[in-house]
Amino acid sequence: MIRALILLLALVSPALGNEALVSGLSQNRVQITANFDGSEILIYGAVKRDAPPPEGPPLAVIVTVEGPSTGLVIRRKEKVAGIWLNRSSVTVDAAPSFYAVATTDKLPAILSETEDLRHHITIPQVIRAVGISDEAENAPEFIAALERIRLDESRYRIAERSVQLADETLFRTDVALPANLTEGNYKVRLFILRGGKVLDTQERLIGVRKAGLERFLFNLAHQQPLLYGVLSLLMAAFAGWAASAAFRYIRT
Amino acid sequence: MQIYLPIAEVSINAFLLLGLGGVVGFLSGMFGVGGGFLITPLLLFIGVPPGVAVATGANQVVASSISGVLVQMKRKAVDFRMGLVLLGGGFAGSFIGVQVFAWMTALGQIDLFVQLSYVLFLGLIGGMMFMESARALLRARRAGAAAPIRRSHIHTWVHGLPLKMKFRASGLYISVLPPAAIGAAVGFLSAIMGVGGGFILVPAMIYLLGMPTRVVVGTSLFQIIFVTGFTTIMHAINSQTVDMLLAFLLILGGVIGAQIGARLSTRLKAEQLRILLAILVLTVSFKIALDLLLQPAELFTVTPGLLP
Repeated sequence: MIRALILLLALVSPALGNEALVSGLSQNRVQITANFDGSEILIYGAVKRDAPPPEGPPLAVIVTVEGPSTGLVIRRKEKVAGIWLNRSSVTVDAAPSFYAVATTDKLPAILSETEDLRHHITIPQVIRAVGISDEAENAPEFIAALERIRLDESRYRIAERSVQLADETLFRTDVALPANLTEGNYKVRLFILRGGKVLDTQERLIGVRKAGLERFLFNLAHQQPLLYGVLSLLMAAFAGWAASAAFRYIRT
Repeated sequence: MQIYLPIAEVSINAFLLLGLGGVVGFLSGMFGVGGGFLITPLLLFIGVPPGVAVATGANQVVASSISGVLVQMKRKAVDFRMGLVLLGGGFAGSFIGVQVFAWMTALGQIDLFVQLSYVLFLGLIGGMMFMESARALLRARRAGAAAPIRRSHIHTWVHGLPLKMKFRASGLYISVLPPAAIGAAVGFLSAIMGVGGGFILVPAMIYLLGMPTRVVVGTSLFQIIFVTGFTTIMHAINSQTVDMLLAFLLILGGVIGAQIGARLSTRLKAEQLRILLAILVLTVSFKIALDLLLQPAELFTVTPGLLP
């Protein structure tokens, strides 16, 4: 009993450690308007402690920003009778539409594998794909392809050493949200670590919403599809007539 | 100037979209094709999702076709009676096409099916038109300016069919069955390929029905307005993939291009017009064929949404 209690205390004490996280965002709402061209979010924070920083491994900070997740299908082309066509496919239950990781140092140096498994920090950890090995041979190749394609499109980003940390206390980083944002809640997670172990974490939300004309058109298209379709046609018909009328006017 | 498109959910340069609409509208006015077979691949190329590209492309084609048809109407170059007969067949064909499309989607090979249809039909029709118009051009050159006069009466088996009708604007007195069948075939293909079908309709009217080239462009545009209008509404209801803002920018460029194209087409000879259209159609077909035959740089594709 006592042994178990000591063990529990030993497990809890690093988490209880006297270092805690305070943080803030430059904005917690992003409005997508017609001229929206991406947005930059400043994420900042500080480490609160009642004693001087402990000896040993240096403090590290990891910041992740995660967009809304969707299910998706990854297909692979194969050559059949001289033609390249989609043959095998794998279904992923949920993968974020956007994911950015910013750190103070190289990820393997500051984050242990167990902590990564527990907190889902690196890209392979945030892609939820259960039971894909039944769907196709070498299923991990498909997940690697997803990671590669999204890194190429800048939908996924790893920015090591982009978090500035001063005096093991104050830190800040900028995360650029791209222009092709999906609507939804973006989850910002902050971690402080020492020697690969997570000391404290915090979670915040950024609400990304369409606004103005974008909001109006999107709602109309989904709530009144027939009306929207007819309006689109009327717009097309009017534009077609107006152009021909305008050219006739110019000529005479 | 970047602009965020609410349905496509991407941000694209507004002037690029205006220019794209302009080029396609120009070709549409010049050749009497809707331009769907150009606009859809181009939109995909600049990063618009496939569903939005097909549906919004159809919407843009409506506008450029109306703009073009108004010019042709002033020249009395639209055979409305023929257009309506084609349209009747077109709706029937389109209805069947939608069912086949759903069936191929369920089989999971719709991409391949669409690409193969493009290569096959664009290649076949482009090739036929190219040969015929090249021969006509050569003949005209060899015989001096005197091209053979098109006879208005070549009696073939087509003229033996029942339900004859007078098409005054085309100077034809033929059965309604061949045009209705052609309309149905075009409607079927347009439902599958997401295009108006002008590039099939124009040569079919010239070579199969023997209509004079003068009325072919206007009549084709007239029919395309309704087929693509129908497609737009269907897509808006079924999948909410019509992006009005994207369509507006494409249309703005497109209607201006269509006017210029329609005016310019009167300066070119019919044979020249046909050979240019043939080259355009063959180029698109060749490009899609290459995509199928060459090893793609990235073997994997990611599509949002779960398999049914």
